[in-house]
Amino acid sequence: MHTKSLTELAADLASGAVSSTELTQAYLDRIAALDSQYNSFITTTPEIALAQAKAADEARAAGQAGTYTGLPIAHKDLFCTEGVRTSCGSKMLDNFESPYDATVVAKFKAAGAVMLGKTNMDEFAMGSSNESSFYGASRNPWDTNRVPGGSSGGSAAAVAARLTPAATGSDTGGSIRQPAALCGITGIKPTYGRVSRYGMVAYASSLDQGGPMAQSAEDCALMLNVMAGFDKMDSTSSQRDVEDYSAKLNDSISGLRIGVPKEYMSDDLDPLIAERVQAGIKELEKLGATVKEISLPRTRMSIPAYYIIAPAEASSNLSRFDGVRYGHRCENPKDLMDLYTRTRKEGFGAEVKRRIMVGTYALCAGYYDAYYNKAQQIRRLIQQDFLAAFNEVDLILGPTTPHPAFKIGEKNNDPVSMYMEDIFTLSLNLAGLPGMSVPCGTVEGLPVGMQLIGNYFDEARLLNVAHQFQQVTDWHKQTPAGI
Amino acid sequence: MEWETVIGLEIHVQLSTQTKIFSGASTAFGAEPNTQACAVDLALPGTLPVFNENAQRMAIMFGLAINAEIGKRAVFERKNYFYPDLPKGYQTTQLEKPVVGEGYVDITTDDGSRRVRIHHAHLEEDAGKSLHEDFHGMSGIDLNRAGTPLIEIVSEPDMRTSKEASEYARKVHAIVTTLGICDGNMAEGSMRCDCNVSIRPKGQEEYGTRTELKNINSFRFIERAIDTEVARQIDLIEDGGTVVQETRLYDPDRNETRSMRSKEDANDYRYFPCPDLLPVVVDDEYVEAIRATLPELPDARRERFISEYSLSEYDAGVLSAYRPQADYYEAVVAASKDAKLAANWVMGELAKNLNANDTDIKESPVNAEQLGGLLQRIKDNTISGNIAKKVFEHMWSEGGTADEIIEAKGLKQVTDTGAIEKVIDEVIANSTSQVEQYKAAEPDKRGKMIGFFMGQVMKATGGKANPGAVTGLLKKKLDALCD
Repeated sequence: MHTKSLTELAADLASGAVSSTELTQAYLDRIAALDSQYNSFITTTPEIALAQAKAADEARAAGQAGTYTGLPIAHKDLFCTEGVRTSCGSKMLDNFESPYDATVVAKFKAAGAVMLGKTNMDEFAMGSSNESSFYGASRNPWDTNRVPGGSSGGSAAAVAARLTPAATGSDTGGSIRQPAALCGITGIKPTYGRVSRYGMVAYASSLDQGGPMAQSAEDCALMLNVMAGFDKMDSTSSQRDVEDYSAKLNDSISGLRIGVPKEYMSDDLDPLIAERVQAGIKELEKLGATVKEISLPRTRMSIPAYYIIAPAEASSNLSRFDGVRYGHRCENPKDLMDLYTRTRKEGFGAEVKRRIMVGTYALCAGYYDAYYNKAQQIRRLIQQDFLAAFNEVDLILGPTTPHPAFKIGEKNNDPVSMYMEDIFTLSLNLAGLPGMSVPCGTVEGLPVGMQLIGNYFDEARLLNVAHQFQQVTDWHKQTPAGI
Repeated sequence: MEWETVIGLEIHVQLSTQTKIFSGASTAFGAEPNTQACAVDLALPGTLPVFNENAQRMAIMFGLAINAEIGKRAVFERKNYFYPDLPKGYQTTQLEKPVVGEGYVDITTDDGSRRVRIHHAHLEEDAGKSLHEDFHGMSGIDLNRAGTPLIEIVSEPDMRTSKEASEYARKVHAIVTTLGICDGNMAEGSMRCDCNVSIRPKGQEEYGTRTELKNINSFRFIERAIDTEVARQIDLIEDGGTVVQETRLYDPDRNETRSMRSKEDANDYRYFPCPDLLPVVVDDEYVEAIRATLPELPDARRERFISEYSLSEYDAGVLSAYRPQADYYEAVVAASKDAKLAANWVMGELAKNLNANDTDIKESPVNAEQLGGLLQRIKDNTISGNIAKKVFEHMWSEGGTADEIIEAKGLKQVTDTGAIEKVIDEVIANSTSQVEQYKAAEPDKRGKMIGFFMGQVMKATGGKANPGAVTGLLKKKLDALCD
């Protein structure tokens, strides 16, 4: 049962082949038995899950079930969950129980979903390996000596190990797509503003976007139907109408114009991944798509621009963690400054401190123009590159990551090399565009992903293309050995 | 050396919105600590601001009232600093693109009139309060005020005397209370002033080094604080010292200013545009719709008081400065049909009693109709001005209309000439020595001597005799004795 997709499980619930309680218990049992290998959950919520499953079964018996009623979900531990610890992977919030639900969490609740628990993540979503988590790194189910990617590594590992059929993630510079690629699952980062950020602990507000992570594009569509939409509590959420993301999945992609940026198929890229992506392109051509080379000349500039803007916003967003109102507070502070410095020294890990320092520096009066303003200019240029490309093509395609999953500890002493892993994903966040990662093969037994990039609010097209690809390939159905 | 003082004011005005600038919590004053602070005000992880459009509307009202350019695209920025009563670790404010651009107000003092240019006014959120007493060496934090909308009104350094500074503050107070965008309660902190003060040799173009006097909350203290600071600066320079740019605190109890922090200690606030809030875009139609709702402003009302009621500049200025008082005055005029008499009473007897009882005119125990009724009885000679004061006192403490009180107390004025003549004859008969003196006096000194007889008649009639009639009759009868 655990290998079934979210869509298949929805059908089984609808037909009565299985009850939500049975399904939920099966996943809870798997988590209890297996997660010590993966460390993909920070918190499990069996009591809540079983109560929600029971309620879902009752709703179904009463004829009040929707598509999502009774389906299990795991939430990345930066979505606030009422009465449940929301740690953000940080010691700072290890003791923090949110008094309210994030909008995304509330929407899944309202849709009848069953929350299995909260998944592991890089501390405050800062990282590409999950190693910055206060709770220890989550492990890649394909090779537990390797990272699952980050920052939504726990969600990706949990879906890959089939500990949950679906999980929420968040993506600031690739944090849904990169772990999805490294764990062989499907994930989509929607257009900035498509999914409410209310209750999603902020890393870099102008870049953060929540999104679905699951086995397939079809499953992601099911989730996005629940997650997407305007929220009056988030001023940056879009008022644009939400499509039915499942409706166009089976449309033909004949005539689709695909652009492949030459900057993505470059020396930065592992040649074996380039091969897998080329093979993926061939499949889409067989389905009637046309492919041409395009150029996104500022791709490399996205790394310095991102690593100014994101830390700058983070340095401000994380100021609230001061030990005054909630979260970690140092013992016996001798005065106010001691309270601040010791609380933050003890509560934050190294990567978070590094980014707070970088961001604080970048925003300082004398450097603001040279760094922050320059980065914002680059950001606009990157956006212009994409808009120019979308005049010629309907969709942009390339690799999600330059390499497959690396070994735990391998890049710990080299943050810049870790940052380079985000080279293909960062620019979308800077532009606010939607993108998704779709499994397209394995390299030496490790999964790799193909990234689809759409124009603004073109999620339905991305999901359609990905679904069509997944109708003629089975990379997304492959699982690590023993699952 | 002769010195010239240069003063610029930053005035913080709390807007009287029902809810906070970025959350739905109430802004009411005086509630139990932290009962009016919601998740957003507490800066819980994941919370986001939603801009209260009413604050925007009120700020634009102010802009229109000072003839300012209205910012078509206002941008909120984050001002980053750590303080326990600043929950997010930054204050959301406006810097580069404020809602209100350059404007001006005109003021009049004994030295003449002056135009004070306003550099800009911007919207921002208030902080909470730190309470340092009653916590056994610790500090208490009350976040009820956190997030209350403020406009900060920044003047140019256009004022040259402390009197001008206080007059400017009074004018701003008059405008915001007339607009109904602030309750004007300075004791509760609804309006707070920072005064930037410097001195320079008279005739010198260049400004001297300024100090900033923080958080002054009364007009009287503005004058005293500036006078004290100017004296300090003059002493300092004349003793060979130099003024240091710093923030100083005015202590009204000791009437001195003392250093709070120097420029060297100043924070680098690391301003950057708040990514959680969209720029606030307004079009002409929106601004014009607000303009149409503006009430008559203090300057216009003062002019009308002069032309319509023939009031002096001074009386018109005082009566138009505070909208509830101006409204009250006009209601008294309507009820009494005597603008001059109404002005004398509102600024005299009423103001005296309000001040003595520390009561706002809105809570006056004597309402405008009661006072108008009383003035009518003066006008129609039912009572004299002195008797009216007694009636007023009764009205103030016991209530009732003028007619009721006059009737109950038997205070009706005696205008019957026969009755008055009878009393005068008695007084003359009983005052032989005074009559002899009167007769012996030079005719041009007699006028002054009539006061004694007047007092006797009033005493005998309990003050009820019509003073005009008494004077006439007395003069006639006494002069007849002299012939």
